Amino acid sequence: MADKLHFSLVSPSRELFSGEVDHVIAPGTEGEFGVLAHHAPFMTTLKNGIVRVLEGDAVKMRIYVRGGFADVTPAGLTILAEEARNLTDAKAEDVDAEIEAARLKLLALDSGDTKQFALQEQIAYLEGIRAALAN
Amino acid sequence: MPSLKDLKNRIVSVKSTQKITKAMQLVAAAKLKRAQDAATAARPYAERMAAVLANLAASAGGGGPKLLAGTGKSDVHLVVVMTAERGLAGGFNSYVVKLARQKITALQAEGKTVKVLTIGKKGREQLARDLGSLLIGHVNLSDIKGNDFAESAISVGLMLTKSYEAGDFDVATLVYSQFKNVLTQVPTAQQLIPAKAPEGAPKIDLGGAMYTYEPDEAALLEALLPRYINTQILSALLESSAGEQASRMTAMDNATRNAKDLIKALNLKYNRARQAQITKELIEIISGAEAL
Repeated sequence: MADKLHFSLVSPSRELFSGEVDHVIAPGTEGEFGVLAHHAPFMTTLKNGIVRVLEGDAVKMRIYVRGGFADVTPAGLTILAEEARNLTDAKAEDVDAEIEAARLKLLALDSGDTKQFALQEQIAYLEGIRAALAN
Repeated sequence: MPSLKDLKNRIVSVKSTQKITKAMQLVAAAKLKRAQDAATAARPYAERMAAVLANLAASAGGGGPKLLAGTGKSDVHLVVVMTAERGLAGGFNSYVVKLARQKITALQAEGKTVKVLTIGKKGREQLARDLGSLLIGHVNLSDIKGNDFAESAISVGLMLTKSYEAGDFDVATLVYSQFKNVLTQVPTAQQLIPAKAPEGAPKIDLGGAMYTYEPDEAALLEALLPRYINTQILSALLESSAGEQASRMTAMDNATRNAKDLIKALNLKYNRARQAQITKELIEIISGAEAL
């Protein structure tokens, strides 16, 4: 078996994953990329999408991230996500409810409120999760 | 000499105050635990973010986007004062405001223009008294439940970067209360804009290899810097909230203990007064009997 890659995924609110894995596929802004152990130093921005953690050839975990950064150093891969959710324990109904709540909140805001932009991003993120859960 | 009834009333009133302070202490202790957990959970992100930024900034040299390099002058300063929404937390809010005042006075003495943005009601109340003309805005935190500060941090960050780009100020400094531990919160002034890469961030050993950047360094910095500023605001909000609860817990603990001492003293006084009255009545009866 090849060497393991140290992978950690953190969001502002918590550390979602930290451990040794075989292979990680992440959604870079310039295209999806895979990272194995001993990858060359590399840094990129991420777009909304699914980060897949692979053990051998099997997908072990899928995490939906909202933007952020990936930083590959000899020490391993670090993903700094704006927000992230593990798709294995997310429920479609819950996400639907959250989208609905966010929409209502957006409607309640005055135009020009600085929170508007943040909420629109939030809705796009939640819809992304919903779409990822659907297939 | 207060009457027996007066003393009794006072004892009752101090006792109910004690009940309130005790309850507030317990509530603050529970909230502190949660606030501390939230602050701890946010730390890995902030640390990694700082490391990534330090790395990028080092390769960008002195240049880079305006958010990193600055506007080239420092005429207009924005002081962001972060306090709590509620009082009764000992000197928590006052310490932050005191530091902010020092900072503002020092800047004004240097002939700079100072603008003030307040986050949290208490800071605004205190600053509005004498520096009201400098206040340019206020961020309300009262409708935030638990420690869900992410949204506010993003909107504050966006507001700051926007007005910075518009040329409203040259330097932004955040004054907040840093959470050292439950007993100590240190009021701190931290430069937010232009962003400063943290000193002493661990240098990553690349083993002689070169970094590949995608899309490119400038674009990465452009995307990273606003987020770095948001992260700094978020961790300041979390630390401030943990500090507020810790400070309130200590203050209420002191108040409860104070009330206990007061009750003891009042009880003693009450018993003495009661005994004096009994003695007086006895003397009256005895002297009345003797007179017969």
